[in-house]
Amino acid sequence: MRRPTRDTLDSARTINRRTLVVGGLQVGMLGVLGLRMRSMQIEQADKYRLLADENRINIRLIPPARGLIFDRNGVKLATNEPNYRAVIVREDAGDVEAVLRRLQDLVAISDSDIATAIEEMKRRSAFVPVTISERLSWEDVSRISINAPALPGITAEVGLSRHYPMGADMAHVVGYVGPVSDYDLSRLDDQDPLLQIPRFQIGKTGVENKLERTLRGSAGTKRIEVNALGRVMREIDRQEGVPGSDVQLTIDSALQGYAEARLDGQSAGAIVIDLQSGDLRAVASTPGFDPNLFVRGISVSDWTALNQNKFRPLAAKAVQGTYPPGSTFKMVTALAAFEAGVLDPEETIYCKGFTDISGTRFHCWKASGHGNVNFQDSLRFSCDSYYYEVGQRVGIDNIAAMARRLGIGVKHDLPLSAVAEGLAPDKYWKSRVRAESWRIGDTVNAAIGQGYVLASPLQLAVMISRIASGRSIEPRLVRAIDGVEQPSGAGETLGINENTLRRVRAALDITCNDPRGTAYGSRIAEASMRMGAKTGTSQVRQITAAERANGITSNDQLPWEQRDHALFVCFAPVEAPKFAVAVVVEHGGGGSTAAGPLARDIMLQALYDGPPPLTAYPSHLRRGIAAQQEHIRNRTVPGATATSADQA
Amino acid sequence: MSYLEYNVKYVPTGLRKLLYINWPIVLLLTAVSCVGFLMLYSVAGGSAQPWMDPQMKRFGIGMVLMIAVGMVPIWFWRNMAALAYLSSLALLVVVDVAGSIGMGAQRWIDLGAIRLQPSELMKITLVMLLAAFYDWLPVKKASHPGWVLVAVTIILVPTALVMKQPDLGTAILLLLGGGTVMFLAGVHWAYFVTVIGAGVGLVATVLKSRGTSWQLLKDYQFARIDTFLDPGNDPLGAGYHITQAKIALGSGGWAGRGFMQGTQSRLNFLPEKHTDFIFTTLAEEFGFIGAMSLLVLYALIIAFCISSAMQNKDRFSSLLILGIAMTFFLFFAVNMSMVMGLAPVVGVPLPLVSYGGSAMLVLLVAFGLVQSAHVHRPR
Repeated sequence: MRRPTRDTLDSARTINRRTLVVGGLQVGMLGVLGLRMRSMQIEQADKYRLLADENRINIRLIPPARGLIFDRNGVKLATNEPNYRAVIVREDAGDVEAVLRRLQDLVAISDSDIATAIEEMKRRSAFVPVTISERLSWEDVSRISINAPALPGITAEVGLSRHYPMGADMAHVVGYVGPVSDYDLSRLDDQDPLLQIPRFQIGKTGVENKLERTLRGSAGTKRIEVNALGRVMREIDRQEGVPGSDVQLTIDSALQGYAEARLDGQSAGAIVIDLQSGDLRAVASTPGFDPNLFVRGISVSDWTALNQNKFRPLAAKAVQGTYPPGSTFKMVTALAAFEAGVLDPEETIYCKGFTDISGTRFHCWKASGHGNVNFQDSLRFSCDSYYYEVGQRVGIDNIAAMARRLGIGVKHDLPLSAVAEGLAPDKYWKSRVRAESWRIGDTVNAAIGQGYVLASPLQLAVMISRIASGRSIEPRLVRAIDGVEQPSGAGETLGINENTLRRVRAALDITCNDPRGTAYGSRIAEASMRMGAKTGTSQVRQITAAERANGITSNDQLPWEQRDHALFVCFAPVEAPKFAVAVVVEHGGGGSTAAGPLARDIMLQALYDGPPPLTAYPSHLRRGIAAQQEHIRNRTVPGATATSADQA
Repeated sequence: MSYLEYNVKYVPTGLRKLLYINWPIVLLLTAVSCVGFLMLYSVAGGSAQPWMDPQMKRFGIGMVLMIAVGMVPIWFWRNMAALAYLSSLALLVVVDVAGSIGMGAQRWIDLGAIRLQPSELMKITLVMLLAAFYDWLPVKKASHPGWVLVAVTIILVPTALVMKQPDLGTAILLLLGGGTVMFLAGVHWAYFVTVIGAGVGLVATVLKSRGTSWQLLKDYQFARIDTFLDPGNDPLGAGYHITQAKIALGSGGWAGRGFMQGTQSRLNFLPEKHTDFIFTTLAEEFGFIGAMSLLVLYALIIAFCISSAMQNKDRFSSLLILGIAMTFFLFFAVNMSMVMGLAPVVGVPLPLVSYGGSAMLVLLVAFGLVQSAHVHRPR
């Protein structure tokens, strides 16, 4: 195996030479690596450090405290209450089911809540806190805290949740909040990042909804360090947001509560307007509902019950409901005629119980007729025949224009859900919407507030307040935002001849205070508080000729849905009007019997700013009123946590 | 030159061999491993578990093995070269077959205590066999096409098997490691020029094969190439690893964020933070100074190996030492290039630092061979 020495030496030399080549290449490569390190770690260090910070720092939003809602006297209508939640972190709990069982022994938590929490934990990472139960009491929280060693992974957290201390009484006005839904997001053109927070609460109805941006405030931020999985490691710093603005409404919660109580049991709406400022002192609709149910997430059974109730508790009838105004519309027809100069107040029109107009017979409510009727009597007796004639003279377009001037058929700008526009029909409207030409019969019907005319209780209240004040009062619901007074709704003069208005008011005074007046049963006995009023009874069904021949079926014998609507509008005191009230009782029967007493009681409550002395009532009613006042004092409101007396 | 031509009586015997061990290399290997322990402790969030403790145990075993292998005469290892190569080849076939019968991309054989990756073993045994082959082959015949073909076959068979696993990183290491030994052994320049030219052509062909029926790489391998070329276009997908690695590395700055202060690794943004991407944590926590220090330690290991090889008059010994040094160099150079965005992510660990049993043991055994060659060098 010997080899020539030269060969081996050559070989060694080749290896060494080529080793130098390879070594050289290696040194070159080391140089490249070193330069790359230098470039990344020294020259571009700032850029990469910034990227690293962006990686690890997450910005989280802090929801601001929602603005509170107060009534005109500072009574809280919507508050933020601390809500204590039990939260579990799976990875800290270990045996989740055992821990939850121990928790259930301490605090009342339903099995379904536990099941929901376990479900949610399975879907989320082990470090994500899952809410087991919201709305724990303070005692529950202390119990959890004391037993903390036995409850690994469970902590009690405090958050804020919306609470409505007045419960059902303010439900239709204040509305309620609920978690933002995908539907909300698709509908709202709102870039506020707060809406991206899961279960962030936004206003769903009423003032909560319409003044959402005012009440919401703006988000704060906190910077937190997270790892690649999104686990929060620590909070770096935080910047608090701007809390929402507080809103003060014009509502008087005590009066509102009284109105709600007085309407209770009926499907009804009532409005009280302050004639000085247009302030809505009460916007009552019954039946109500507990708005707090919605904040917590309403149960299916509660929801079904609310939706299947034929009285439609969710509807704010005072502003959403529209009804044929019936006889309460007669002032509009009369004012239109006076302004058009086609009617002399002293002129008499003969009522024989009906009028035949182009082949159709139009009946007065009094089949035997009123005989010769002048303007004052036409309101006192609520004679229909008189207005059949007046309506034909003045024409529908003038009537519709006057209706709009008095606030009917006009949408009033209020921060409430679905404020109704009503309808003051005219020829143009019918040709546009119905594609039919206007007939004289339509005018005759409209003249007594039937047919196509529709008005909400709010619009009726605006109408009577404008007649009572002579100014174009605009209803106002928001008195102040963050202490800044909002524009008054007192309005400019209507531009209707003052003498004419005075004559109408005098006729309404007679209607209410003359023993033969249709509203006499609802009068106020205290002379200085006397009110002017008009009743209305609007038909919801056609009375057939056969029926008329056999005697008209009385309301009591009809199914509820077919009974007449009862309406009542009034203002007081007659000499210097301070308040106007409108009441509509759906299918309540006659305006004088069903709506009038309600309106009178609410008016007295407003005039005396609290329970009126019994002497304000006609003497034969006083005993009943005393019992009624006692009953109202002791009632309970669904969802209310304090009586208005406690809060005031 | 062969041992038989030298007087072996000057070669130390018995425990005296310990004195002739190349201690600087042992020291440097220990230093690099200690850097590894430190980093494994850091990425575990300041805990010896789950990585540092096992790694230290393996290092202990590996060190004992290294010394043991170093005490065995180098001619014994030369005689074992073919057997070692064939055994690794057989194991490679075993895992490939196991993989093909439904276990996915399996790359290891479970030996109970450790999972042995035959591809790791192959990196060393291939160098061993080539060194032995060129020691046996007369120098003049080294460039003879027939013998070149033999060497190429020795390299390509395991490379092909590893490619099939598929393990692109190891395949590249085998190819470059084997090629380096051939080059050092004196194979004619022209072959390498041709191969490099052909290699460029092959790369072009491979890239062109994409999306065709004869696609030469797996989709994920293509994706890695795409990611390498432009990590930014898919920062949360395939480019996530490299983007995050670069952020960690770059944010280290001059002196780093401090031990255990690296936000990228501590907050889990880094993938494979204890294996292939461990260098990024080092760079983030100890900055440019730390990263360069490790690079210098590696360079010194290579330098001591080259120096040892150049002093060694035995052809097998020098080829073996240089081959192993080259493999070691490729390990860390490819890994660093990869995490610094200079090369595609091919899955090569950082030698002695990354967590992993097979790689550490095999590397230390390889340095045992270096020691054996050093101790038993002809004098």
